[in-house]
Amino acid sequence: MFPTPIQKRSRATQITYQTLLPLALIMWLLPLLAVMLFSIRPLSDFTNGNYWGIPSSFDLFANYGRVFFESDMPRYLLNSVFITVPTVIGAVALSCMTGFALGIYRFRGNLLIFFMFIAGNFVPFQILMVPVRDLTVSTGLYDTKTGLVLFHIAFQTGFCTLFMRNFIRALPYELIEAARVEGVAEWRIFWYVVLPLMRPAIAALSVLVFTFIWNDYFWAIVLTQGPGAQPVTAGITSFNSQFVAQYHLMSAGSIVAAIPPVAMFFAMQRHFIAGLTLGAVK
Amino acid sequence: MRSIIKTPLAVLAATTMLSGMAMADGHGLTGDLRIFSDMSNPAPRAIMEGLVEEFGELHPGLEIELTVVDREAWKTQIRNALTANPPDVVNWYAANRMGPYVDAGLFMDITDMWDAGDFAGLESVRGAMTIDDRQWGVPYTYYQWGIYYREDIFNELGLSEPTTFEEEIANCQVIVDSGRSCYTIGSRYLWTAGGWFDYLNMRTNGFDFHMELARGEVAWTDERVRETFANWRRLIDMGAFIDDHQTYSWQEALPFFVNGEATAYLMGNFVVPHLREAGLSDDQIDFYQFPAIVEGMPMGEDAPTDTFHIPSGAQNVAAAQEFLRFVTSADVQARINGPDGLGQLPVNANAEVADDEFIQQGFEMLSQNATGGIAQFFDRDWPAEMASIGMEGLQEFMVFPDNLDDILERLEDARQRIYE
Amino acid sequence: MTPATDTRSWLQKNRMTVTPLLFLLPGLLFFVVYVISPIFQSFNISLYDWDGLGEATYIGLDNYRELVDDRAFETSLWNNLKWLALYLLAIPAGLFIALFLNQTVTGIRLYKSLFFFPFVLSQVVVGLVFSWFYLPRVGLLNAVLTFFGLDSINVLGDPDLATYGIIAAGLWPQTAYCMILYLTGLNAVDPEQIEAGRLDGAKGWKMLWHVVLPQLKPATFIAFVVTIIGALRSFDLISIMTNGGPFGSTRVLSFMMFEQALSEYGFRMGYGSAIAVVLFLIMLVFIGYFLWQMWRDERAARH
Repeated sequence: MFPTPIQKRSRATQITYQTLLPLALIMWLLPLLAVMLFSIRPLSDFTNGNYWGIPSSFDLFANYGRVFFESDMPRYLLNSVFITVPTVIGAVALSCMTGFALGIYRFRGNLLIFFMFIAGNFVPFQILMVPVRDLTVSTGLYDTKTGLVLFHIAFQTGFCTLFMRNFIRALPYELIEAARVEGVAEWRIFWYVVLPLMRPAIAALSVLVFTFIWNDYFWAIVLTQGPGAQPVTAGITSFNSQFVAQYHLMSAGSIVAAIPPVAMFFAMQRHFIAGLTLGAVK
Repeated sequence: MRSIIKTPLAVLAATTMLSGMAMADGHGLTGDLRIFSDMSNPAPRAIMEGLVEEFGELHPGLEIELTVVDREAWKTQIRNALTANPPDVVNWYAANRMGPYVDAGLFMDITDMWDAGDFAGLESVRGAMTIDDRQWGVPYTYYQWGIYYREDIFNELGLSEPTTFEEEIANCQVIVDSGRSCYTIGSRYLWTAGGWFDYLNMRTNGFDFHMELARGEVAWTDERVRETFANWRRLIDMGAFIDDHQTYSWQEALPFFVNGEATAYLMGNFVVPHLREAGLSDDQIDFYQFPAIVEGMPMGEDAPTDTFHIPSGAQNVAAAQEFLRFVTSADVQARINGPDGLGQLPVNANAEVADDEFIQQGFEMLSQNATGGIAQFFDRDWPAEMASIGMEGLQEFMVFPDNLDDILERLEDARQRIYE
Repeated sequence: MTPATDTRSWLQKNRMTVTPLLFLLPGLLFFVVYVISPIFQSFNISLYDWDGLGEATYIGLDNYRELVDDRAFETSLWNNLKWLALYLLAIPAGLFIALFLNQTVTGIRLYKSLFFFPFVLSQVVVGLVFSWFYLPRVGLLNAVLTFFGLDSINVLGDPDLATYGIIAAGLWPQTAYCMILYLTGLNAVDPEQIEAGRLDGAKGWKMLWHVVLPQLKPATFIAFVVTIIGALRSFDLISIMTNGGPFGSTRVLSFMMFEQALSEYGFRMGYGSAIAVVLFLIMLVFIGYFLWQMWRDERAARH
C-alpha cells in the first residue's frame, strides 16, 4: 500500500493515479469552488433560480467592488491587521524569553511551569470567558483592539512557549557552555547566541499565530462589538445581515475575509508547515 | 501628559455645556454622540444614516458616531453594549421587551421629558413605553401586521379576500391544489412563528385571553391554548406553509412569494418595500386583515412599536435627549415613515400618514377594526425569557406538530419557573 | 572557594537562578493574569448567582443542581460526545489522504498545498461555505442529490441531521490538519524498515499496520491531541451555521455556556461558569493524559 512508489507500478496504475489526483482535489474543494462561483454571479441569477448553471454575466469586479466600497469591510480588515500584528509580535517576543528560560536553565519548578503553560494552552475558552470579559470591562479596554490584543498575547504565550522551549532544547548546548566559559553575560548569550539560532522558529511561529489570531471569532464577539474594533471574522456576520439573502455579495465578502491567512500560508508555506508539524517526527 | 491635555478640554466642555443650557433649544451641543442602531436592513439603514446626517447638520458641534448592528445579532448584544462602555442612544422594542433592561437599571428613566411635554403628539403611545409608571424611551415607528398576498395569483385562481377562517382554508385548498404553498415563512429567527401564534390565538380565544397568557395567568396546557394549536395544525396538515422554513430568515423566505411559489405572507408592513424592490408592482400585491375564526369576536391586532432609549451609562445625555426629541417630532416622523423610508406608521399623531395604499390600509385597520385591542407582538408582550423558549416551541410545532404535548409541557414548566 | 574570598555580588552568584526568573516574568505574568487565575475565578463564580453587574449571591451548588434537570444541558452533553467520537474520523481520513498524496509526481507539492489549505480558512468562513453547500433545494449538495434523482434534504433544518452536518463541516479543515501531520511523518519513515518488512512478505494493510503506523506514532499522538481539543472547542461553526437550532438541537456545552452567560434576558454568569466548569473537567481528563505522555517523553529524554 503506502511504500510502493508509483513509478514502480504499472503504466495503467500511473495513469489512473494521474487522473484521480485532480478529480480528488476538485471533490475536496467543491464547497469552496461553489462559493467562488457564487461570488462572480449577478443577483439576477439567484432570483431566476440559476444557482449552478453558467453565470449569465461575469460580475467579479462589480461584486467585489461593492464589498470594498459599500460596506464596512475595509474597516474590519484593517482592524484585523491591527489586532493580529501586535499579537504576533507580543506573543513571539514573550515566548522567546520564556522558552529560553525553560529550555536552557535547570531550576526547581522548571518542568512545573512548563507544564502549566501547556495545560493552559489546552483549556476551553469558556472557562476563561467570564473573568476575562470582566477584567477587560473593568480596565476600560472593552470594545478596543488593545483589550483583544492583550488577551491574545497572553493566551498564545502558552502555545508559543511550548514551541520555543522544545526548539531551544534541540539546539546544541555546547554553544552556550562555550559562551559561558568565555564569561559572556547571560542576557548577551540570549541576544547574540540563542536568538539568531531561533530565526526559523520565530518565522514559523509568526505565521502560525497570525493565522490563529486572524481566524479568531469567539473572543472577537466576547470582547468587542461594532466596526470600531471588531475584526473581520465578526464583521462578516454584520456584512451578511446588510446583504442578507444576496448570495453573490455574501460569498464575495467571505472570500475577502479568508484571503489574508490563505495568502500568508502560500507565501510562507515552508515555515507554516514546519511550525505546525513540529513534534510530528521524533 | 494626559492631564495636561485633559484640563483645557474639560474646561471647554463645561463652558459649552453651560452655553448649551443657556440656549435651551439644544443648539450648541458638543462632544461625541454615540448611537447604536439595529436598523440593519437596507431601507431602514439608509433612514438611520440620513437621520444622523441631518441631526449632525443641525448640531455642527456634535461628533456623531453611528454603529449599525445586525438586527438579529443586536438581540444578543444589547445587554453587553449597555453594560460595558454604553453608547448614548440605542434601538430597542416597546412593552415587556424593555423589562429586563429596566429592571437591571440599564435604561435611563426619561419620565421628566414626557412630563415636560417634550414629545407632543405621542400621548397615545406613552403606555407602550411605560413600566412601573415611568417612561423608559420613545417610539419612532409602528406598523400593522396582516396577510400580504399575490393579488394576481388570487385573480388567476378566482379567489377573493377571505373574512372567515373557513374561507381562508377553502382558498388555501385551491392554492395548494394549484401546486403552490399558501404561505411563505422563514422561522430561523423564530419570531415569525410568534406572529402566527398571536393571530391564531387572538382569533380563537380573543385578545383578553391572549394577554392573560402573556402575563402568565393561564397554563400553556390549557384546553383553549390547545384549540389555537388545533387551528394552526389544520393549516400545517394541508401543506399550507413552505417546506424547510426553519432554515430561512424572513428575507430568505421572500423569493417564494416573489416567484409565486407561495401566495401569501403573514408579515409586518416593513415587507412592502422589499416586495416592490424585488419587482412586484402594486397590482400584484394586496393586503387583508387576518380573518375571523370565531364569529363576532372583536379583532385584536399586532402593531409592534420600535423604540429609542438612552442607556443609563450614557455620556452625552443632553445630546441624546435632543436626538429623541428630533426623531419623534411630527416632521421627522412623517418623513422617515413614508413609503420611501420605512413604509410604516408615524408614532406622532400630528404627523401625516403617508399616502400609500398599504400604509393607509393599515392605519385604517388599526384605528377602526382593531376593537379587540392592540398587542405589541409575541416577543414583546411575553417576558423576554418566556418569549424565547416559547418561540422555539412554536417553531418546533410548525415542523413536528406531533410533538405538541411535549412542547406544551415544556412551556408550562418554563412558565412556572419564570413568572414565580 | 570560601565565602571570604568570594568578591562577586549577590546577583552574580545567583545569576543562574535570577536570569531565568527575569526572562520568565513578563510571559508568566500575562499568562497568570489572563489564563491561570481566570480558571480558578470561574470555579468560584459558578457557586454564585450573578448577572454580571450587581451583587453576586452565594448559592453553593445550586447551579450544578439546575444543570442536572436542564434539558438543554443534556442535549449539549450528548452533542459533545458526538463531536468527540466523530471528530476523531479526521485522523484515519487524514492518514488516507496522506498515503494517497505521498508520491513523487510532477505538481504533487501544489496538490499537497491545495489539499491542506482549508485548514487556514477561518471557521466562520468554513461555516458559511457549508451552510450554502447545505442550502435546502438550491445548495450544491441538493443540486447533486436531485441530479441523481434522490430527494433533497435539509441538513441544517433537521434536528436529527444538523449536528452531523456541522461535524462534517468541521472535519474538512481538521482532516487537512491531520493529513499534513502524516505527510511530514511519512517523510521520516525509515526506508530500511520498509524493505525489511517487504522481505518478510508484509503487504498492503499488513505493511501499514505493522511497519508504517508504529513509525507514525508521534504524528498520531499530535493528531489525537489537536483533534480532541478541536472537538471540545467547537463553537464558531455552531454559532454560524445553526445558532444552536433547530429547536436547540445542535447546542454543545461551549455554545450553551455563551448563550447563558451573555443572554438577552439576563446574564447568568454563575450558571454559565458552571457549564464551563463541566466542560473544563471533561477537557481535564485529556489534558492529564497529554501531560502524562509528555512527562514520560521528558523523562526518557533525560536518561
